[in-house]
Amino acid sequence: MTLIKANVVVQLKSAVHDPQGETIRHALEQLELGQVESVRQGKFFELTVEASSKEEAEKIVREIALRVLSNPVLEVFQVEIES
Amino acid sequence: MRLEESLAAHNLTREEYDAIVGKLGREPNENELGLFSVMWSEHCSYKSSRVHLKRLPTRGPRVLQGPGENAGVVDIGHGLAAVFKVESHNHPSFIEPFQGAATGVGGIIRDIFTMGARPVALMNSLRFGPLTVPKNRRLLSGCVAGIASYGNSMGIPTLGGEVVFEDCYNLNPLVNAFCLGLASKDRIFLAKAEGEGNPVFYVGAKTGKDGIHGATMASAEFDEAAEEKRPTVQVGDPFLEKLLLEACLELMATDALVAIQDMGAAGLTCSTAEMGARGGLGIEIELNRVPQREAGMTPYEILLSESQERMLLVAKAGREAEVEAIFKKWDLDAAAIGKVTGDGLLRVLAAGKTVAEVPNRALVDEGPVYERPMKRPAYLDAVAAVELPEPTDLEETFVRMLASHTIASKHWIFEQYDHMVQSNTIVMPGGDAGVIRVKGTPMALAMCLDGNGRYTYLDPYLGGATAVAEACRNIAAVGATPVGATNCLNFGNPEKPEIMWQFARAVDGIRDACERFDVPITGGNVSFYNETEGKGIYPTPVVGVVGILEDATKRVRHYFRTDGDIVYLMGNTDEELGASEYLKLVHGRNDGSPPRLDLDTEAALQSFTREVASRGLMHSAHDLSDGGLGVAIAESLFGPLGETMGASIALETPRRADGVLFSETQSRILTSVPSASADAFLALAEEHGVPVKRIGVTGGDTLEIRVNGTSAISKNVDDLREVWWNAIEKGLLR
Repeated sequence: MTLIKANVVVQLKSAVHDPQGETIRHALEQLELGQVESVRQGKFFELTVEASSKEEAEKIVREIALRVLSNPVLEVFQVEIES
Repeated sequence: MRLEESLAAHNLTREEYDAIVGKLGREPNENELGLFSVMWSEHCSYKSSRVHLKRLPTRGPRVLQGPGENAGVVDIGHGLAAVFKVESHNHPSFIEPFQGAATGVGGIIRDIFTMGARPVALMNSLRFGPLTVPKNRRLLSGCVAGIASYGNSMGIPTLGGEVVFEDCYNLNPLVNAFCLGLASKDRIFLAKAEGEGNPVFYVGAKTGKDGIHGATMASAEFDEAAEEKRPTVQVGDPFLEKLLLEACLELMATDALVAIQDMGAAGLTCSTAEMGARGGLGIEIELNRVPQREAGMTPYEILLSESQERMLLVAKAGREAEVEAIFKKWDLDAAAIGKVTGDGLLRVLAAGKTVAEVPNRALVDEGPVYERPMKRPAYLDAVAAVELPEPTDLEETFVRMLASHTIASKHWIFEQYDHMVQSNTIVMPGGDAGVIRVKGTPMALAMCLDGNGRYTYLDPYLGGATAVAEACRNIAAVGATPVGATNCLNFGNPEKPEIMWQFARAVDGIRDACERFDVPITGGNVSFYNETEGKGIYPTPVVGVVGILEDATKRVRHYFRTDGDIVYLMGNTDEELGASEYLKLVHGRNDGSPPRLDLDTEAALQSFTREVASRGLMHSAHDLSDGGLGVAIAESLFGPLGETMGASIALETPRRADGVLFSETQSRILTSVPSASADAFLALAEEHGVPVKRIGVTGGDTLEIRVNGTSAISKNVDDLREVWWNAIEKGLLR
């Protein structure tokens, strides 16, 4: 068993309204920080898991991301296993 | 797609389709089919309920606006009007509890300020399955957090309401949200388009793909495929709605506005068609001018989107710049998307090309109306007389009752709500009714929500009437006079004759009680198809009543306040354990007959209570409901800030001790009266013909209850409070 690092990004589904992202975009506009067409915000998680292989680590992290880190009704996630 | 598939996807029957073809004189295109689908859905058209709702009393000397607008309006004197309504958001809250409940609150708030009122109070009626099921714990905490998030962000106090737990709401929670606003009575705005050539504005948030076909969804049962219905969830933005509220009220203070309607279920389609139909006019809109969140949306998607925080309004021609300036000031989009026309048609253009053209009236007024078949459900015949073993340990049973999640303190819930913002709250959550001062006047407004699914299941007529009676009694208990009501009727699938029978009987019960208490119904909503996998909820009519207290300082609270007061029970007690909380909790059954209700007895009790309150003769008054006298006594010992007071009570009964403690006989109120006022109190009781019985005195730090001279309960009050106070938290943290 080794310690494996995994990164998880959770974002709202593309069709779901993102008031926070909108607010950030609006702020950028007011601060005149360039022409930003759209902003979608999300969450980033770093996990360190004990697993026998990268495949097993990914399986564990996907389960955690689906059941705990994201709300599957509104959000999607991406998992990246660090080598 | 074959026609049958298309109709199934749109929840339209073949007969309904033929009717559409008849009205148009041609086949509808896909966009038009989408329009009819949402406008003729149960949610928007009330096609199954309309024939029954007609029986409800909706007029009265104070009613300024009855059903059919965004909310009801009642004259409360001092040149002011109360604008209020209750509405369900059951289906969205089941799919996504936080956002579902939050947008339910957002929707009802918009309904209120659309009428020109500033929202000043929120309440909600929530029903969940037992907290022993993990999913229900998530639903409860999600819904409560969602309600808190929206209401608190908007700066509107949430004054409580009711929270009930029952197996039948497992996987089909009920989330009914109520809002009340204040307006100047001669500045009420309606959603009726007027003036050919007047510009039509779209204001508020941009349109996205969220919630497409939400209205059709709310008109269908859930099955396991509900997972796939998930992308229809909307995400609310309370801070944007706050801006929308302020912008709309500012615009309303000018005379540039003709009509306004919020975009709720069925979004742009519903608001446009309804405004046009009410004015007997047409409206033409260009979809390319609709502010859009994402590129490449089809006309169908723009028409049916249920994005939140949007409004449609008609302004006076020539005043466009004024409208735009106000919305710009509040940092909101305001786009002139079309104009009022004289042809009665809803004409939708996309880049100048007509993509839908339908008579407004066909969508709004000429939808199907069903007189669905009705049948008395067979289970009612199986209702048995209740024969129960008497509990061996009454004290232990009493403590168990206080820990029932339906009875226990709801502080875990209402403490998440800001109930003091705006600084007018004078009876806080946990009381019989929420009460707020009306600034600038000596008066206060009282409001409450009540319903009982168990009673309605076992006797729909009685359940409907009792919901009204109990709500009015709660209003009387704080010293106020009911002036108007709103209802949210949560039922199963109306295509089942048994459900339709329950509905019709419940409506009759509500009608009779409203007539007796002179409380007109000024609006509300119907939520059918509350079934998951074919299993329905108990029929659950929820009634919201608003009352006036001319002198705010005369409000009465529900808990004992002073040592040595005399405790009186107003009203007679019968042994009525059928359909009671005690029967369910202790004996695990829901059967028998719900407690009887005599409307004249109830009316006498309420007017007596009001007079006692206005003369300042009592220190507390608490309505008896779930759990009967035993629970009402316990609740009277617990003040809202942790203060407690004991009491010594002696009860007499020719029958069972559990009967006298837990019977849910209606038309009763528990009160504490200072001994100096006792004579006046008793004289008034006689005058009103209300039986009152002295049952004990307040004081000390224990609760002593003797039944027929034998000690039944002897407990330290703080220990009792501990059980009652912490039960829900314990249920959630298991």
